[in-house]
Amino acid sequence: MSNQPILFKNARLIDPASGREERGGVLVRDGVIAAVGPQVAQAADAQVIDCGGQVLSPGLIDMRAFIGEPGGPYRETLKSAGEAAAAGGVTTVVSMPDTSPALDDPAVIDFIVRRARDTSIVNIRPAAALTKGLEGQEMAEIGRLKEAGAIAFTDGARSVTNAQVMRRALTYARDFDALIVHHVEDPDLVGQGVMNEGEFASRLGLPGIPREAETVMLERDIRLVRLTGGRYHAAMISCADSAEIVRAAKGLGLPVTCGVSINHLSLNENDIGDYRTFLKLSPPLRHEDDRQAMIEALVDGTIDVIVSDHNPQDVENKRLPFAEAANGAVGLETLLSAALRLVHEERVSLPRLLNALSTRPAEILGLPGGKLSVGAPADLIVFDPDAPYVLDKRDLRSLSKNSPFDEARLQGQVMLTMVAGRVVFQRDTM
Amino acid sequence: MDIQALLDLAESQVEVSRQIEKRKSTLRGRTQINLFFEASTRTQSSFEIAGKRLGADVLNMQVGSSSVKKGETLIDTAVTLNAMRPDIIVVRHHSAGAVHLLAQKVDCSVVNAGDGAHEHPTQALLDALTIRRNKGRIEGLTVAICGDILHSRVARSNMILLAAMGARVRLVAPSTLLPPGIARLGFETFTSMKEGLKDADIVMMLRLQRERMNGSFVPSVKEYFRFYGLDQEKLAFAKPDALVMHPGPMNRGVEISSDVADGAQSLIREQVEMGVAVRMAVLEALASHLPNR
Repeated sequence: MSNQPILFKNARLIDPASGREERGGVLVRDGVIAAVGPQVAQAADAQVIDCGGQVLSPGLIDMRAFIGEPGGPYRETLKSAGEAAAAGGVTTVVSMPDTSPALDDPAVIDFIVRRARDTSIVNIRPAAALTKGLEGQEMAEIGRLKEAGAIAFTDGARSVTNAQVMRRALTYARDFDALIVHHVEDPDLVGQGVMNEGEFASRLGLPGIPREAETVMLERDIRLVRLTGGRYHAAMISCADSAEIVRAAKGLGLPVTCGVSINHLSLNENDIGDYRTFLKLSPPLRHEDDRQAMIEALVDGTIDVIVSDHNPQDVENKRLPFAEAANGAVGLETLLSAALRLVHEERVSLPRLLNALSTRPAEILGLPGGKLSVGAPADLIVFDPDAPYVLDKRDLRSLSKNSPFDEARLQGQVMLTMVAGRVVFQRDTM
Repeated sequence: MDIQALLDLAESQVEVSRQIEKRKSTLRGRTQINLFFEASTRTQSSFEIAGKRLGADVLNMQVGSSSVKKGETLIDTAVTLNAMRPDIIVVRHHSAGAVHLLAQKVDCSVVNAGDGAHEHPTQALLDALTIRRNKGRIEGLTVAICGDILHSRVARSNMILLAAMGARVRLVAPSTLLPPGIARLGFETFTSMKEGLKDADIVMMLRLQRERMNGSFVPSVKEYFRFYGLDQEKLAFAKPDALVMHPGPMNRGVEISSDVADGAQSLIREQVEMGVAVRMAVLEALASHLPNR
């Protein structure tokens, strides 16, 4: 790493932590922000980067990405995920424990932490399994896993169906101030379902997943949070009723937060069209009314964070009849561009959007980033919010190409990504 | 008889037990039945020795081979035993309240040797005696009871007795092993050993049952020992002259390390000796109230 300071000048600074927006610059020294504001003095020894009026903000923090290491390096490695993330402006990725072996052992967490440090150009923080083997039966070693570097506890794409297990986990986690992140989808109500239940699924002849698969689990969890006081984050909600449930829980002052995937803010069930398996997701894409409700919940703060739900799947798992295809879509590289649609449609302000992509995740996870302030880590991005492009999946850095935005017109490109004071990505055109 | 007097009486029994001739005649001609529905080597033999040293005829009812296995109810067992005219029945049962129920159905004295997660009064008395002998008092001491409070009758009896005798009782455990609402009963609770043991005079460890260690109440033995097992490092949070207790049987390497269990601050062996003395005192105190037919 170069110790030379870097001065970003002529930038449109957006600090989503304070909501402040101004022209100015940022001086980076020793991996942290040394100065920020309209008048940042030129340091004699600094390398100068002219942002040309483009936006400079804290890097994105993505609370949900599946990475195939260990166990599925052909889908994604820590290295390839890091490159994809850097190109997408994501400076910190929370990796899910659904690996092989699962991240339920302190030694495996330790491996991920070291391996990520050695091979990934962005920060990768592992979330550990909440239950042993992700089986939903026995609580994992929350204390030891946290000591080893686990940033949160979750069974990843699985839900803990046993309410007693969830109660005890929430109770126990509170002693360690550990965050429990839960995928809220009751597998029994999902049953054989593969897409949102309703008219469109019936027309396609596909078994549906009712919204209640999500709301029943979410309601249960919130009752258990009220009982235990454990810190709880619903990984992703997808429907209007869930937003109501979270809104009510927050109204009661419960330690509840939630996320939404970029897919559920951008797409609806109709996008599945003629059985496009890249749009087969968990939770499934819902009705347009639900998507609208997600946007409203994002604007009013009911939804705290936006995640990529990056889930690389190879061709063998996707080039199958819809019902047999794997769930998931890649999303690290398109997270920001897809989210910027909401800004261009004037639904969400840019500072609020960045707040949900950076500041709130940092706050929930207890990370020092997500803000433009002196002393904060120099995890920064420079992006042109208006630059148009058509996504060609062959350009994706991810090892898997299952993007729901393939061939989509998008606006907004990351020009430069910095992690801990080091430039890890820079677009040729900058 | 108040508690201090009972402990004084127990103190005198210590001397009896240390003599070569250990037999007294307080309970001569009396029949004591030890009715243990739950296996317990330590408590049962302690009551047996105590009864015998006081001259009683002691009968150990082996529940495993008794009619209980054939489906007899607790009340029927009580009525049957009552017909044999015992003077004292010592009962251990796995259900809270069972000893109380049995006591309503018999004419003789009943001693609770532990009922479910409710109470184990003679254990608390022997712990109090052990503390008093080593610290000279109980009042004003800070006692940290650590571990599986939720399932522990030892904890409940000690909480009541030691608090009544003026000790400051703290409970230290992961939240999953703390009984809900316990803080409202006036006990300070801690989920960190470091905070809970700070300035403690007595560190009382509890046994963690095997079936509770593997992901149900705590994730694993390793994790439990790491955060709640008493080792030298955690003991150092307590006062330098703090003393360590454990009702036994111990899980070494689970709730307590061997070097602490066998170390200079440990009272664990003395507790066993005091067990016999306290049970003699309890039986002798009862004897003075037994009818002289």
